[in-house]
Amino acid sequence: MGRYLLRRLLQLVPVFIGTTLLIYVLVWVMVPGDPFAGKCGERPCPPGFVAMMTEKFHLDQPWYVQYAHYMQNLFQGDFGTTFSGRSINDIIASAYPNTLKLALVALAIEAIIGLTAGVLSGLRRNGFLDNLVLVSTLFLIALPIFVIGFLLQWLLGVQWHIVEPTVSNEMRLSELIMPGFVLGSISMAYIARVARTSISENRRSDYVRTAIAKGLPMRRVVGVHLLRNSLIPVVTLLGTDLGALMGGAIVTEGIFNIKGIGGTVYRSITTKESATVVSIVVILVLVYLLMNLLVDLLYAALDPRIRYE
Amino acid sequence: MSDILVSEQSAAGASGRPAGRLLEVDDLRVEFRTRDGVAKVINGVTYHVDAGETLAVLGESGSGKSVTAQTIMGILDTPPGHVTGGQVRYHGKDMLAMSFEERRRIRGEGIAMIFQDALSALNPVFTVGFQIAEQYRVRRGMSRADAKKRAIEMLDQVKIPNAKGRFNNYPHQFSGGMRQRAMIAMSLALDPEVLIADEPTTALDVTVQAQIMDLLAELQRERQMGMILITHDLGVVADVADRIAVMYAGRIVEEADVYDLYAKPAHPYTLGLLNSIPRLDEKGQELRTIKGLPPNLMNIPPGCPFNPRCPMAQPVCREKVPPLLQIGAGRASACHFAEELVNRD
Amino acid sequence: MSDPTAASIVGAPPAHQPTETGGPTDAGLPANGRQEKPRGLLGDAWRDLRRKPLFWISAAFILLFIVMAAFPSLFTSADPTAGELSRSLEKPSGHAWFGYDIQGRDVFARTIYGANASIVVALLSVLGTLLIGGAMGMIAGFRGGWLDALLSRIADVFFGLPFVLGAIVILTTFNGTGTNNSEWEVKGLVIASLVVLSWPVVMRLMRSSVLATKEADYIVAARALGAGTGRIILKHLLPNTLAPILVYGTIMVGSFIGAEATLSFLGVGLKSPVVSWGIIINEAQSLIRVAPHLLFFPAAFLVAAVLSFVMLGEAVREALDPKLR
Repeated sequence: MGRYLLRRLLQLVPVFIGTTLLIYVLVWVMVPGDPFAGKCGERPCPPGFVAMMTEKFHLDQPWYVQYAHYMQNLFQGDFGTTFSGRSINDIIASAYPNTLKLALVALAIEAIIGLTAGVLSGLRRNGFLDNLVLVSTLFLIALPIFVIGFLLQWLLGVQWHIVEPTVSNEMRLSELIMPGFVLGSISMAYIARVARTSISENRRSDYVRTAIAKGLPMRRVVGVHLLRNSLIPVVTLLGTDLGALMGGAIVTEGIFNIKGIGGTVYRSITTKESATVVSIVVILVLVYLLMNLLVDLLYAALDPRIRYE
Repeated sequence: MSDILVSEQSAAGASGRPAGRLLEVDDLRVEFRTRDGVAKVINGVTYHVDAGETLAVLGESGSGKSVTAQTIMGILDTPPGHVTGGQVRYHGKDMLAMSFEERRRIRGEGIAMIFQDALSALNPVFTVGFQIAEQYRVRRGMSRADAKKRAIEMLDQVKIPNAKGRFNNYPHQFSGGMRQRAMIAMSLALDPEVLIADEPTTALDVTVQAQIMDLLAELQRERQMGMILITHDLGVVADVADRIAVMYAGRIVEEADVYDLYAKPAHPYTLGLLNSIPRLDEKGQELRTIKGLPPNLMNIPPGCPFNPRCPMAQPVCREKVPPLLQIGAGRASACHFAEELVNRD
Repeated sequence: MSDPTAASIVGAPPAHQPTETGGPTDAGLPANGRQEKPRGLLGDAWRDLRRKPLFWISAAFILLFIVMAAFPSLFTSADPTAGELSRSLEKPSGHAWFGYDIQGRDVFARTIYGANASIVVALLSVLGTLLIGGAMGMIAGFRGGWLDALLSRIADVFFGLPFVLGAIVILTTFNGTGTNNSEWEVKGLVIASLVVLSWPVVMRLMRSSVLATKEADYIVAARALGAGTGRIILKHLLPNTLAPILVYGTIMVGSFIGAEATLSFLGVGLKSPVVSWGIIINEAQSLIRVAPHLLFFPAAFLVAAVLSFVMLGEAVREALDPKLR
C-alpha cells in the first residue's frame, strides 16, 4: 500500500510539471505585446518601474529561467504578485472559497438527485420513472451548460420569481442551489446513468438473491447489500468530478454573477496578468490530480477485493 | 390436455399421503415469459419433505430443479418467471398465497437455502462474519457483541478452523471449501426446519466435495432438518439421500426410496442416468449415454416429453402424457411402461 | 503542437504497405478471420438499429441540419447580416418567423445560416481529434513500453487541464481582443483548441481497444504468418477498433457543437460578422428580459442539433454492445 502510494505520487510529478510548464509557456511567453502596455494608465510606465518589474519577474531572462524561479517560489507556497504588486495568494484566497463552495453545492446536488434518480430507475427498469430518467439525462448531457443556466435563470428567476436570478456577495446557501444545480447538471446525468446501470446489474446478482433468501427486509436488502456494491462506481465518478466542477465553473459563475476563480482567470487573461492565470490553473490541476489519487485509494477501501501492491 | 394433467397429477400427489407435511410442493407450474416466447419450465411438480429426511432432486440442467427451489424460497426472478399454478405448503399453509412479510419471516428461520457458487452468493464487500451476524442482529435483534459470538459459534460448527480469526475475513479470502462452509453456517444461523441445498458441491474440487457432503449430512442429522438436495450427480446422492425425485422437462418422472431407485428404476430416463455412471467393473467398455438433448421448453414434444430420446418409446408415448402414478409403497413413476420396467428380469 | 507527430504517424502505415503485399502467403487466412467477426456483429447491430425510431428520428434531424449548413438559401431568402434598425427587436410574425434582433436582422435567417459555422467547426474538430487521438492511441497501445508511458503522461497533462479554462487561455492568447485574424483563422483556432484539449480521451479509448485486440488469436496468427506492423495496424487493428471510436466521434460532434457555442458565448470563440448559434446566443443574452425570443430560437436549434448527434451515437453504441441487447 505504502509503495503503491509512493509510486502514484511519483507519477504525479511529471504530470504536474508538464501541466504547469504547458500553461506557463502558453500564458507567459506567448502573450503578444508589451506586458507593461496599459498598466500605468494612459502614459507609458516610468523606466524605474519597468526596471524594477523586469528585475522582479526576471523578464530579461529566457522563459525557462522565469519558469524555474516561478516553480521555486511555488514550492514555498508563494504564488508571487501581480504587476500592480497585489499578492496572488490574496487574490486566490478571496476567489477560491467561492468557487469551492459552489462546486461543493453542485457536488452535493448531483450526488443526491443523480443517485436517487439512478437508484429508483435501476430498481424499476423500463418503468415510467426509468424512461423519464433516461430522457431527462439525455437532455442534461446534450444541453450546453449556459443554455441550462439561462433557461433556469429566466424561468425561475425572471418569470416566476422563485429565486433570485443572481447570487449576492454573501453567497448564501439558498442562493447557490440553482447555480449548483446548473453546474452539476451534466455530471448529475452521468451519475444517474451509472447508478442505474450498476443497480440494475447488481439487482440480479447472486448475493442480492442470497440476502433475500436470508429473510432480510427489502429495505435492508436494497439499502445495505445492493447499494453498497452499486455505490462503488458512483463514488469514483463523484470524486473525480470535484476538480472538473471547479475548472468548469467559469460559465456558471458568469451567468449567476459569482465572484469565483472563473471570473478572476477571465479578467487576468484580458489584463495579461499571467502569474495569476498560471497560479489558478496550477491549483485546479493539483486538485484534479490529488482527487484522482484519492478516488483510487477510496476504491480500494470500498471494494475489499482490490489491493494495491 | 393440461386439464387432464392437473387432475391426474394432483390425484397422484395427494393419494395416500397424510396432511400436515413439513414442506410440500403441489402441482407447481412456472413459466418464463421472454421476448422469444413462453418457456414452460415447471409443468406440475409435486414433492414433499418431512423433518429429519433428505430428499434428493435429480435432473439435468434445465430440468427445473433449481427453479422449483427458487419458487419455494420466493427468489424467482419475476419477470421473466411467473408462477401459473399449484401450491407450496409449509406446515400446511400455502406460501404462494401469503403476504410478502409473512413469506419473508419464513425465509432463513423456516426454510433456508445454500447456493451453488458461494463466491458469488456471498456479498463481496462485507466480511463473512458480518453476513452471518447480520441475521442475528436484524432477525433476532441481538446486540453487536452477542451476534458476533453466535456467528463465531456457527463458523465453529461448520468446522472452520480459527473461527474467531476468520470472522473479519472477506469471502474472497476464503478457499472454495471454506467459503461453502461459511455459506452453510450462514444458512443454518437461524436454525431452519428445512434446508434447500442447490448443487452445494458442484463448484468444488472432488476431495472437498465429499467433506462438504459429509458435513451437510451430519448437520442435517443433528438438527433433524428436512433437506432438499438438488443435484445432477447421482454419485453424490446415494450416501446422503433417503428418497430421490427425478426431474425431466419440468416434471417429476420418478420418485422412489434411494435403494429401490438404484436397484430397480421405474423410468427409462432414470435407467439411462444410472447406466451413464462410469463403473470400475466395466473398464474398457464404451460409456453409455442418453441419446439426444433435453427438449426445448418453449416447444415440449406432445405425449411423454422424454419420448424422442427414449429407447422404449411406443406410439402411445407420442400421444398421451403419462401421469405420475403410484406403483408401490412410496414409489411413483410417470411412464406408461413403469410396471414392465420394474418387473423386468 | 501535436500536429507534426500525427502527420508522421498517419503517413507511416501506407509506406509499409508495398513491402508487405509482396509476401504471397499472408493474404488469405488472416483476412478471412478478420472479416467473419465484424460482419456478424455489424449485421446484428444494423438489424437492431433499423427497428429503433430514435435512430431514424436523430438521423433525419442530422440530415436536415447538414442540408441547412450546406444550402442555407433553400430555407430562407432573407439576408442574415442585413440589419434595418427600424425593425429592431420586433416580435416573431408571419413575415419573420423568429422576429428581428437588436440590429433589425432576421433571426430565422441568422439561425439557419448559423448552422454552417457551428456544424463545420464541430465536424472538423471531431475529425482532428479522432485522427490525432486515434494515432497516438494506436502507437501507445501497439508499441507499448517507454513510448506508451511517455504518450500516456503527455495525455495526462492535457487531460488534467480544465476544458473551458484551457480553451479560454489558448483562444485569448491567439485570438484576444488585440488580434485581427481572418474568419478562417478564427475558425482554425477554435478547432485547434478543441482538438488540443480533447484528443487524450480518444487516445485512451483507442489505446485500450488496441491493447484488447492486439493479443487476439487472429492477430497473433497474422503476425506468425509474417504480416508486418503496417499491415497489422491497417488491416486488422484499425477495422476492429474503429467502431467504438466512431460511436464516440458521433457523440463528440454533438458536444463540440455545444462547446463551440459555449466559447462563442464567452466571447473568445467565433466573432461577428460570422454567424453561428453561439454568437447569436451571445448577442441575445443581455436582452433576455426584453426579448427572450432572441435567445429561445437559436438555443432550440442548438439543442436539437446536439441532441440528434448524441442520440444517434447512443443508439449506435447500444446496438453495437451485445450486453445491452
